[in-house]
Amino acid sequence: MRSNAAQYDLIAPGSLDAVLEVLASSTERYTPIAGGTELMVAFGAGHLQPRKLISLWGLEELRFIDVTSDAVVIGASSTFTDIRRDAVIVNEFPLLARAASWTGSIANQNRATIGGNIVNASPAADSPPALLVYNAAVTLVSARGERTMPYREFHLSYKKTALAPDELLYSITLLRNVGGYKQYIRKVGTRNAQAISKTALAAVARVNKNIIEDIRIAAASLREVPTRLPAAEQALLNKPVSTETIAQARAALIAEAKPIDDIRSTASYRANVAANLLEEFLRTL
Amino acid sequence: MTIKLTINREESAIEAPPMKRLLDVLREDLHLTGTKEGCGEGECGACAVIVNGELVNSCLVPVLQAEGARITTIEGLAGEQRLHPIQQCFLEEGGAQCGICTPGMILAAHHLLQKNPRPTFVQIQEGLAGNLCRCTGYTRIFKAVQQAANLTPVP
Amino acid sequence: MTNQRQIVGHSSPRKEGAAKVTGRAQYVDDLTLPGMWYGATVRSTIPRGRIVSITFDPAIPWHEFTIVSAADIPGENAIVHVTSDQPCLASGRVNHVAEPILLLAHPDRAALPAAVAAVNIAYEELPAVFTIEDSESQKEIIWGEDNTFKTFLLQKDRQPVPDKVWRSADCIVEGEYRTGAQEQLYIENNGVIAEYSTGEGITVRGSMQCPYYLVEALAHVFRLPAEKCRVIQTETGGAFGGKEDFPSVIGCHAALLAMKSGHPVKLCYDRAEDMAATTKRHPSRTRIRTAVSRDGKLLAGEIDFTIDGGAYVTLSPVVLSRGTIHAPGPYHWPHLTVRAKAVATNIPPHGAFRGFGAPQSIFAIERHMDKIAHTLGLAPEEVRRRNFLTTGDRTATGQLLSDSVDLDRLLTRALEESGYHTKRAQFAKENPGSAMKKGIGIASFFHGAGFTGSGERRLASVVTIELTAAGQPRILVSSTEFGQGTNTILCQIAAETLHLPYDDVLIAQPDTSVVPNSGPTVASRTAMVVGKLVERAALKLLSILMQSGDLPEDFTPEDFRRAATIYLGRHGELRSTVEYEPAASIFWDDERFSGDAYPAYAWAVYIAEVAVDTATYSAQVTDFYALQEVGRVLNPTLATGQIEGGIAQAIGYALYEKCIWQNGVLANNQMTNYIIPTSADVPLMHVSFEEVPCPHGPGGAKGIGELPMDGPAPAILNAIEQATGIAFNKIPLLPEDIYEQVERMTTAPAETAA
Repeated sequence: MRSNAAQYDLIAPGSLDAVLEVLASSTERYTPIAGGTELMVAFGAGHLQPRKLISLWGLEELRFIDVTSDAVVIGASSTFTDIRRDAVIVNEFPLLARAASWTGSIANQNRATIGGNIVNASPAADSPPALLVYNAAVTLVSARGERTMPYREFHLSYKKTALAPDELLYSITLLRNVGGYKQYIRKVGTRNAQAISKTALAAVARVNKNIIEDIRIAAASLREVPTRLPAAEQALLNKPVSTETIAQARAALIAEAKPIDDIRSTASYRANVAANLLEEFLRTL
Repeated sequence: MTIKLTINREESAIEAPPMKRLLDVLREDLHLTGTKEGCGEGECGACAVIVNGELVNSCLVPVLQAEGARITTIEGLAGEQRLHPIQQCFLEEGGAQCGICTPGMILAAHHLLQKNPRPTFVQIQEGLAGNLCRCTGYTRIFKAVQQAANLTPVP
Repeated sequence: MTNQRQIVGHSSPRKEGAAKVTGRAQYVDDLTLPGMWYGATVRSTIPRGRIVSITFDPAIPWHEFTIVSAADIPGENAIVHVTSDQPCLASGRVNHVAEPILLLAHPDRAALPAAVAAVNIAYEELPAVFTIEDSESQKEIIWGEDNTFKTFLLQKDRQPVPDKVWRSADCIVEGEYRTGAQEQLYIENNGVIAEYSTGEGITVRGSMQCPYYLVEALAHVFRLPAEKCRVIQTETGGAFGGKEDFPSVIGCHAALLAMKSGHPVKLCYDRAEDMAATTKRHPSRTRIRTAVSRDGKLLAGEIDFTIDGGAYVTLSPVVLSRGTIHAPGPYHWPHLTVRAKAVATNIPPHGAFRGFGAPQSIFAIERHMDKIAHTLGLAPEEVRRRNFLTTGDRTATGQLLSDSVDLDRLLTRALEESGYHTKRAQFAKENPGSAMKKGIGIASFFHGAGFTGSGERRLASVVTIELTAAGQPRILVSSTEFGQGTNTILCQIAAETLHLPYDDVLIAQPDTSVVPNSGPTVASRTAMVVGKLVERAALKLLSILMQSGDLPEDFTPEDFRRAATIYLGRHGELRSTVEYEPAASIFWDDERFSGDAYPAYAWAVYIAEVAVDTATYSAQVTDFYALQEVGRVLNPTLATGQIEGGIAQAIGYALYEKCIWQNGVLANNQMTNYIIPTSADVPLMHVSFEEVPCPHGPGGAKGIGELPMDGPAPAILNAIEQATGIAFNKIPLLPEDIYEQVERMTTAPAETAA
């Protein structure tokens, strides 16, 4: 334990409005902390730079899963366990439920929030690929009001998001329009459980008479941000599933991927395995 | 600041900085040393406790966020006269060797059986995958949990 | 004699088990002493160089701290195992990243990290060496004259291999095999609490395997007699060798802080520090050249076995010795030369880890046996059968195997129980059309129990059993419990010998002011050597009571208690002490590396099934059969648990655990990035035992603690060779390595495998 807890401050205003007020007008900078499964690791290691934190844990206004006839709206403080337990998500958005099931351990899933996962913005994060292929929208909120944007535009560059300093991620919206799509997600980690992703691929596709009418592919750890793979998609859109198109899609993926070598894996492995995962999916269509 | 918690069915008020890890509060302020630190990064599960019915890694919980919570540690599991069935089965099946992972492992097993009283073998593996053990190779632990599941009547 | 249920051979419950499952067991970090301060270590950030200056950032209130440097050491600034090259605290020169330089203590634990960070050390860096090859090249001399800690030469019959054997052989098979470092990753980090008083001396409590090793280290560093250095083992959360020699370092550090601060000092590492600074398994490189006949018989061999010892000698000569003796495998060699050496690198010194050199050399020979098989077109099990040692044979060191050895039958049984042949054929048939490639592989091996050669004679272990005031027998040994079951089996042995219920027998916490030196808890010696001493001490105690006249020949536990109380009333105490008696027949020549290397060997055949996913290139062990002959199973649950745990660690060794040093800094010193198997990664394990009682152990028991570490890695890679058609000879074998090889072969199919 390399931090001195006495040198840190953590406040927990009782409402979302109160939190937003602090973020908007406080002269001190407060860093939001939800389940803490990311920030507390840095804290334990002596690397948590921000000394003032503001807790989002316990704010019921942020922890909800609302189902309407055409959408599922997930509050940013929903934990991965909340997501795994929601029947509609499990049935209609299985890629997200599965991503939640392999995020850390059960003990971590009981605390880690989808908002934290997104805002921490690691390119290896587990939920973004699923959210990207589901065309998720994110709603951001501040004392000034709220705005909604496609999740696809949320990650700007490595660990940098579209959030303004006074904004919080409020919710993630999934439209209930993937009925009839084939869905696929697979994570390649260092072991079967509790593993950081070396790469992961999510995909949804609508196929009609062997022609791919719609396809969305997203990956973790292939770029500096969680990313859709537009070149691979273009190689497949309105094309049949065939040995040629599979080969072209693989080549397009490998060309547009820019993974890195790090202590967990190599760039070459990541790109080629991602291509294998894509091929694995395409062969089920 | 003063933070109120209910630990093993007893109410406590402790004085601690809000960011102090729940793990350290349990071990240092409350002298409940059954909960262990193995890694400080939420990987090994040796610090696992049950908060409001859910298993969490206490090394990752700032105590302020546990305000008002009902917490069960390993010390809260055994009854006055008898061991909890999971503890008894760990003893009989050799589920504990060096014992350092054992408190967290037993709580994880307890949490699993509360949510799923008749887990399959694969569900046991998954339920315990957040608790690392370096001594047993897990096999005796699986047996202990299967035994405990067999002993517990389904409500 | 008294009729009672058999205790040895029964799964008596773990002696300290109730404390462990209720969270009441006290590990060192659970303890607080009055007035206790906390310690921290300031360490080198460079792998090699000279310390130019040390400055203290004035932002820290240094007057509140105790600061210890090498200058404070009263005795010799050395942690001595075999040599005195390792300083207790560096002064002047550093030879590895994380080498300890200064120690700090403060009453507030939370104040220390900032203080450590506020010590600024300037170095003049020197070129550092990180690999066996770089060390061997001697371009940079970092230790002694030639970077070589130790060499051994083992020659069968003390003769070199005759040239004509090479020239006339049907076939020569050569191979190179490499193993990586491995972190013990006990879930409880290293930690101690030390107290110092000018009158009474030093007391250190902590997590450790060998209390008397620390006594010696303290005596040396503080120039105190051993009686003034008291060491107490606290409940230890895993060790595996990682707490064999390292506690000498951390124990001396805490004691220095206690001495200078005037307070008890707790020094407990966190995970990042423990991983970066403490010992790992020695990496190895083995080159094997064998002359074989067309029908698979070994005619001659030359084995070149090299291990990387890190920056200081520590235990490298002993690891090298065991690795050398196990290098020939359980096979008969008409001619054999093993040249072994341990070399220096600028990495934190490597140390003991379960197996202690044998997993390294056995990996090599067991991969090599498969290579011989494939080269000759013979089945892997056949080649092994044709070369197995058997009863009456002599090992490569010339030891006569007088106890019954039947590896042939063990192999047959293992093949049958695992369904090896059916699966091998099935996988061969199904693999071409499957995305998951499967394989099944064998390893046959042995592991010597006890210290090598005359080691046990030199240890001269002592065991005492005393009567408590209430008339209960209490075992006094320095043998430590750290999960393997020391407490339990020693109490079982004593109970059965004394004809008392298991629950009546006590065992004392290892406290060197109370217990004699029964030797270190290492080398798979506790059951066999110390267990035998416990048995003898119990017999002696019984005979003393019998002779007193108060114990009838046919006695009940109540009779025993009564007789004990009477005896105590009359004599005040009853202590039955015995000392190790070397069997006259054991003879070992250290110089020539020949003779009886170990009093006994356990023998094993392991079979691993794997599945390799062609999409992700990851190999997983899907099933595992472990059959071993161990003399006597003292406690089935504990023994099975030992094997299962060892298999899991060895799976990690083979497929998951990689130490990644970058310019001498361990980059993956966190559990997130150092990958050990979770519950979701282990296969079903089928463990069975055979028993050929050995005269040296209680009830015939031999050692088993390290055995399971030796076999899985080669069995797994043998299986992966079937699955992929590729011969991998380096561990850890990660998916990236499999991918790279597959990639290389797809782009240049004419190349043979690496």
